[in-house]
Amino acid sequence: MNHMILGGPSRSFPKDDTFLAAAVPEADVLVLLRRALHSDARGRVATLVELDQDSLGEHTGEQDGEEGGTVLGFARWRNGDDPPSALIELVVQKNSAPEAIAAARAVFEGAGLTVALCTDQPGRILDRLLRPKYNAALRFLDEGLATQADLDLTCRLGLGYPDGPIERLLRGGLHHHHAASAALFEAFGTPGYAPARRAVVAARRRARGG
Amino acid sequence: MSSIQKVGVCGAGGTMGAGIAIVAARAGFEVVRQDLSAAALERSMRDTAGFFSKSVERGKMTAEARDAVLARITDTTALDGLAGCDLVIEAVFEELSVKQALLRALHPLLPEHAIIASNTSTLSITEIASGCGREDRVVGMHFCLPAQIMKLIEMSPGVNTAPEVFQAAWDWTLAAGQQPVRTQDKPGFILNALLVPFNNDAIRLVEAGVAAPPDIDAAIKTGLGYRMGPLELIDLIGLDTQIRLSEAFYPVTLDPRAAAPPLLRRMVAAGRLGRKSGRGFFDYGKPGMYGA
Repeated sequence: MNHMILGGPSRSFPKDDTFLAAAVPEADVLVLLRRALHSDARGRVATLVELDQDSLGEHTGEQDGEEGGTVLGFARWRNGDDPPSALIELVVQKNSAPEAIAAARAVFEGAGLTVALCTDQPGRILDRLLRPKYNAALRFLDEGLATQADLDLTCRLGLGYPDGPIERLLRGGLHHHHAASAALFEAFGTPGYAPARRAVVAARRRARGG
Repeated sequence: MSSIQKVGVCGAGGTMGAGIAIVAARAGFEVVRQDLSAAALERSMRDTAGFFSKSVERGKMTAEARDAVLARITDTTALDGLAGCDLVIEAVFEELSVKQALLRALHPLLPEHAIIASNTSTLSITEIASGCGREDRVVGMHFCLPAQIMKLIEMSPGVNTAPEVFQAAWDWTLAAGQQPVRTQDKPGFILNALLVPFNNDAIRLVEAGVAAPPDIDAAIKTGLGYRMGPLELIDLIGLDTQIRLSEAFYPVTLDPRAAAPPLLRRMVAAGRLGRKSGRGFFDYGKPGMYGA
């Protein structure tokens, strides 16, 4: 299945990404990269709106919990400044058209990406799961539970992870974690999402140009 | 360099205890495996012999080396069979009163210099040692499952552990070919403190209708490069075990993430325990053993 793109390189598909090069001028699937929904979406099998911390509902409008149609949301997960992963979180609403979902899957999977379906909730899957865990790891470091090296080594050796939580956060940029975590804390108000002190420090230093 | 020569393992009839005994025997230590159940000891010794025979088949050791390792292992159902050990590692049922009673019983049997290590994953080392008579010679030594494969050991001193005792136990883990990491005597140490709430969060995602289990696991594996998703992992360790872990954590930490989610309790009530019952967050068709 072919796709057309409106908008330029983005966090999901940076410059030189093969997904950008594979786009055609006219197709049944329209991909909007950091572009507002507009009349070009009409008549398409699927229109895929790139999301960041915004909800799909902000683009489609919401009424009575019966939302859905051919407009879907998506985000390609990235660990901060790391290159994008192969994961596409495909955001659907209650009445999203099955043909639109199938078309979105075909487009992304055709590009070698893996699609995980989720509903239109803050943080989708990965951010919602990871941010509390990363905050806990940062807090453990502050509390002296173990050194950073041992915290990371424990996760690699004990759980078979390719990297530890803190080395991953530092590599991607702690300020990115702060932004994602703060947005989730605003949405849910639960302590696990409150950005850990080290993330707050990183965000403040960055804001000051440090 | 470790001065420890003879190692006892309590609860060696179980999976973890048997694995720890393999680690010690493989590294050249004389090993006394103790369990109250003779049948469990017999069964685990068969598994142990099978493990080493597989190592021979795979060219990881010679038949002579296997025979020498097995000759270093003796079994006993009596605690006093551990009398000459320099180090006793307990891997008995994860219940504070059980472990405390064991340590109190061990203390008069062991030489003065002997160290007792607890393989607890959730309990406090200080509490386990409390009242045993040698609180200064008790350390936390948490192996990962399966112990004979996984190199990591979380090492934690209790409040009363003597620094030289902790160092001696640390040196022994190195002599046994393991990778120790130092942590504090806090609930779950590092691994379970991160993992138990994380697994509960994954269950809450299902409960909140954010995504279905296959999508959550696919997201974790693809996005992070983990070998296994959290829901598949919970199925492997058992949903009932996840409740037990949560119940060990939550009252101590009062961390809402550590509390067992209602969906988890409903699934256990429905008999969906994971792989061992044939169905958990995924359907396995038929019941399966851990690691099968």
